[in-house]
Amino acid sequence: MTRDTLLLSFRFLILVLIQVLILNNIHFLDYINPNLYILFIFLYPLEKERANFLWVSFLLGLSIDIFSNSGGINAAAAVCIAYFRLPIFKLVLNKPELDFKLFRLNNESFLRILVLVSILTSIHHFIIFGMEYFSLKSLKLIIYKSVSTSIFTIILSILSILLFTKKKTSNF
Amino acid sequence: MQQIAFFIEKYKYFLLFLVLEIFAFLLTVQSNSYHKSQFINSANSITGGLFNTSNSFFEYTSLKTENQKLAIENTALRNALDLKTEEVITFEIDSTQQKNIYTTGKIIRNNYTKRNNILTINKGVRDGITQDMGVISSKGIVGVINATTSKYATVLSILNSHSKINARLKNSNYIGTLAWNGTDYKTTQLHDIQRQANIKVGDTVVTGGKSTLFPQGLMIGTILSFDSNSKKYENIQILLANDMSNLGYVYIIKNRDIEEIQQLENNDD
Repeated sequence: MTRDTLLLSFRFLILVLIQVLILNNIHFLDYINPNLYILFIFLYPLEKERANFLWVSFLLGLSIDIFSNSGGINAAAAVCIAYFRLPIFKLVLNKPELDFKLFRLNNESFLRILVLVSILTSIHHFIIFGMEYFSLKSLKLIIYKSVSTSIFTIILSILSILLFTKKKTSNF
Repeated sequence: MQQIAFFIEKYKYFLLFLVLEIFAFLLTVQSNSYHKSQFINSANSITGGLFNTSNSFFEYTSLKTENQKLAIENTALRNALDLKTEEVITFEIDSTQQKNIYTTGKIIRNNYTKRNNILTINKGVRDGITQDMGVISSKGIVGVINATTSKYATVLSILNSHSKINARLKNSNYIGTLAWNGTDYKTTQLHDIQRQANIKVGDTVVTGGKSTLFPQGLMIGTILSFDSNSKKYENIQILLANDMSNLGYVYIIKNRDIEEIQQLENNDD
């Protein structure tokens, strides 16, 4: 339990630092900055008590917000995908109940990981750009930006999941 | 009563979700209102310190262009001084007559891709920086100081929906307002220019000096394109003189008369 907590805090810190010091300065094609920090939300272990998860996601988003002066935009988006993570996992994996202890995202097939990550990332990015522009007049720009940025976030997330997590048959 | 407890128990995660979302939304709204974004900003000692450290690592990559900028500005200032040699010699130098005081600062965190861009600089209250001071670079205006802490401050960039800057056509004194529409960081838009004004593509736009933020006549940019009908000018695009994606050292302007002017304006209300 403590080892898991330590690992999670370490991941939290590293992802926030990577996001604010490196990824927020990429400006690929002038405006694309991938938001890799939501990898934390994808990889957070499934728990029956979800209150901690929601709070941690909120703090994660808020830390990014403090660094990028965006009020509570990232916090809102992070909490939203944290809340809808379990229903979307159940829906995509086509299981009414998941085995919380045995489930690990990186043990699923590549296609399923891709679908799960894509859905959550798209929701997250749409909320971020939607709240940033907050007008129907710029709907085209919002969709354009969320789609293009999502593509890069998804590629980075999938690569990180494949490269930096160990495949295990069981969690013990 | 029992039913309420049951209801809360059943929907506790949804309620927590709602509370967190509302809180995040309130933070966003609050940060969008200029002068109130004191709570969540990057001017605090942790974020400011981290940006300062990371900036000092990457600073070397831009030293060459930074030196070039300084040399160009020095040349321009020397040329301007040369035109006024006699005046300078006969003018008695007295620091109490100086209207604006300039302080050097460095942008340690630049933003230009978002809708509401806010920059962080490495000067704060300790160096005499307070809210509502103008920030310029050697090429043109950058923004206005928004929040301050003892060592750092945030700057409301001109690339922000809440930034409205008083601007003037250099050749004809017609006044307009500069506001950014959020599409391209190289161009901004000029509004409220009278139809009588005779504008052309390539005309220079400078600060109007009708506010206490910027002194009159600082460079903003040139007119790139505009549409006109019989009643008004529309969609005047201004090509910014400043490259907002490449900002290094900046000057912060302190207007010494600001207290007197504000006192006077408050008396009128």
